[in-house]
Amino acid sequence: MDASHRGVLLNRLADLMERDREYLANLETLDNGKPFSVSFATDLALSIKCYRYYAGWAGKNHGKTIPIDGDFFCYTRHEPVGVCGQIIPWNFPLLMQAWKLGPALCTGNVVVMKPAEQTPLTALYVAQLAKEAGFPPGVINMIPGYGPTAGGAIAEHPEIEKVAFTGSTEVGKIIQRSAASNLKRVTLELGGKSPNVVFADTDLDYAVEKSHFGLFFNMGQCCCAGSRIYVEDKVYDEFVRRSTERAKRRTVGNPFDPKNEQGPQIDEEQMNKIIELIESGKKEGATLNCGGDRAGDRGYFIQPTVFSDVQDGMRINNEEIFGPVQQIARFKDIDEVVERANTNTYGLAASIFTSNIDKALYMANSLRGGTVWVNTYDVFDAAAPFGGFKQSGSGRELGEYGLEAYTEVKTVTIRIPQKNA
Amino acid sequence: MSEMPDPIKNPEIQFTKIFINNEYVDSVSGKTFPVYNPATEEKVADVQEGDKADVDKAVAAARAAFKLGSPWRTMDASQRGRLMQKLADLIERDRVYLASLEVVDNGKPFADAYDADLGEVINVIRYYAGWCDKICGKTIPADGPMFCYTRHEPVGVCGQIIPWNYPLSMFTWKIGPALACGNTIVMKPAEQTPLSALYMGKLFMEAGFPPGVVNVVPGYGPTAGAAIAEHMDVDKVAFTGSTEIGRIVQQAAGKSNLKRVTLELGGKSPVIVFADSDIDFAVANCHHALFWNMGQNCCAGSRTFVEEAIYDEFVKRSIERAKNRKVGDGFQSGVEQGPQVNQEQFEKILGLIESGKQEGAKLGCGGKRTGEKGYFVEPTVFYDVKDEMKIAQEEIFGPVQSIIKFKSIDEAIDRANNTTYGLAAGVFTKDIDKALTIANSVQAGSVWVNCYDPGLIQAPFGGFKMSGNGRELGEYALHEYTEVKTVSQLSIIRNLYICPKSTILD
Repeated sequence: MDASHRGVLLNRLADLMERDREYLANLETLDNGKPFSVSFATDLALSIKCYRYYAGWAGKNHGKTIPIDGDFFCYTRHEPVGVCGQIIPWNFPLLMQAWKLGPALCTGNVVVMKPAEQTPLTALYVAQLAKEAGFPPGVINMIPGYGPTAGGAIAEHPEIEKVAFTGSTEVGKIIQRSAASNLKRVTLELGGKSPNVVFADTDLDYAVEKSHFGLFFNMGQCCCAGSRIYVEDKVYDEFVRRSTERAKRRTVGNPFDPKNEQGPQIDEEQMNKIIELIESGKKEGATLNCGGDRAGDRGYFIQPTVFSDVQDGMRINNEEIFGPVQQIARFKDIDEVVERANTNTYGLAASIFTSNIDKALYMANSLRGGTVWVNTYDVFDAAAPFGGFKQSGSGRELGEYGLEAYTEVKTVTIRIPQKNA
Repeated sequence: MSEMPDPIKNPEIQFTKIFINNEYVDSVSGKTFPVYNPATEEKVADVQEGDKADVDKAVAAARAAFKLGSPWRTMDASQRGRLMQKLADLIERDRVYLASLEVVDNGKPFADAYDADLGEVINVIRYYAGWCDKICGKTIPADGPMFCYTRHEPVGVCGQIIPWNYPLSMFTWKIGPALACGNTIVMKPAEQTPLSALYMGKLFMEAGFPPGVVNVVPGYGPTAGAAIAEHMDVDKVAFTGSTEIGRIVQQAAGKSNLKRVTLELGGKSPVIVFADSDIDFAVANCHHALFWNMGQNCCAGSRTFVEEAIYDEFVKRSIERAKNRKVGDGFQSGVEQGPQVNQEQFEKILGLIESGKQEGAKLGCGGKRTGEKGYFVEPTVFYDVKDEMKIAQEEIFGPVQSIIKFKSIDEAIDRANNTTYGLAAGVFTKDIDKALTIANSVQAGSVWVNCYDPGLIQAPFGGFKMSGNGRELGEYALHEYTEVKTVSQLSIIRNLYICPKSTILD
């Protein structure tokens, strides 16, 4: 198949998702619990854009011709890796599927994908759309199931040439060890405990709102949630006060009701884990400003929770909560905050709120995170690479960089009678 | 490829006015010029004749559309891509109509217009649609405490002057990269073939392009074309046409505001056929290389060098093939060759055929007009052509093949390169060393091995020497529509995550 035709198929898939957008958004909300308005306006929009972005790369994955020493014609071919196993999480089912399928398919690979057992429904529907779009049989295969069984089978499979996993750091390590069986290529997008640094010279209301969004978006179930907020001494108290007020206003309930900003957590296991960490926060002496408990008694709803006076040693400061629980800590000095922000095994994202150009660039360059946001949070684009430093993962997804993991480079060297520049 | 649909033999000519700011308007002067069907020599339309005053209006519109803060400048790059995809969808919708219009205006066979021209048009736009949000600058680890990066900005208002041999195709080769990079455009289609370009105005509107992004001003070269090339507010001019006019365009750019210039000009491209190639395959390809599009191809394989050992057989089979070439009205099915585009070209070709006869080339077949109406020329094959003959040196742009004998590979390379042109070249051989040697030695922007003009839109195309400068198609075309800005900011930059406090941060 012409490489450019792979792009035609990906664009068709995007067209079909657009056609069935409302249905898919409803299914996503039913399966995951995120508000319908967000499924429709954000998850579906970004997923469709991701497919269109990678459709545009098909036929543009250039190798090179290289002027090596000697009488040779030397070039590289950018070949597909082959059969790619892809294991995706439940927090953004459709979007995580698009982030994986887009780059894999545009470069000519074939895929065995395991959607999360908590949220397989939209993934299976998209497989049907892919068939409708005209992808040949066997190019996209979708196997719902559990991690230790189906996921494990993929990670260990001797004929799978690459595995891409998005999920917890704990399972990411298992995947990497399993992959060693046949040295399949591994890329991982794992957890995070991303620092958000707010300076005194920033617009405080704006910083409060963005920081709120940076933590509470998607019920806090974001690998890159801004879950450690460091606020400069001078504006700390006011920041805590306004953040608490904002959290109290956050509407929680049925995700199909357009007035609700926050739906349930994904399942009982997550809900219990979050509550346990909230309890640890209380026990270890953080100040609880609002929330702190389950909300209602049916559905995995948790009250928007704000802790302040969070100390570096506390569990809520170090462990990924993956829930609507915001941590606010105080800092005095810029170098102090850089060190505290970076002292963490994770390194997925970070953000800075400041109006000072030098502070902004200094912080952006110093923070150890794969994505750094300045005066904003959670800005994603299919064109911008995303991935983790340290134990937040390895490799980058999205952008041109996203093609590398799905490309196997072959160098061809041909003897010629005489080389001329 | 699915079944060929029926052409529209009398397509309604809907748009004959100048397209500026998403509106169709009359020329400032009120003048019009005639457009003819070369198969019948009959006039098919009067089109508003653009001149300097109209170009001024178009440039002003394009400049306004390019202003900082304008809808086009502030549009997401990915959104530009979506508009371009929509444009491609609309062309697909109107494909039969546009192909039919192309036949009326240019004369080419409908099957070629529908399949090749329109197929390429759609693919080129979709290809460049995909580039929009992938045009990236760099961040650069320069010396010193610097934050240094490049922005790949659009050049600005781009004047584009296109020829008549592939009207709509040439239109998209130009707008594709220009729009992908965020430029605005003033396009002058050829006066012989303005119709499909003018129809595109409607599709740009329908696709949702803001006013002023694309403007189409039909008119003549010395008036409208020159006005673009000389304009003080046009940032770049791209011209495809003859080498003679290309020089005028380049001079005009230098005389005025040093606008950036890219040129796609003429050619006299060699095809080198070695004795180890499959002779039937080579004959068929060389025939196509010359006769495609009535020979009206800048990269036509117009000097066919054949190795001594197979020369006689090659000539014999080429003549046979040419005799079988079906010539007729483009709307008739089964026709391979339509008329030449107009009287001027027609007479030039016949003149060069005469020179071939007079200078002693052997005429294998053809050599004259066919029919009494329409600019039809018989498929013509000359052989035993010598390098000094006019037919071996000058671009004929017609259905006239010249077959030339050679002995050795080095001789073939020297003779192939002995021309001021350098657009393309072909080589037919099974030998790996010969193929790579020719590919590396010939001075040509495109070298085709065991094929000719495969029409690869992902691959750059352009000329060495006087065949032009700059490249079109592929990723390379984007460079010509990009202006690189380097931004260097002094800042406290450290690569380590811990650094001593600085007074600037207090």
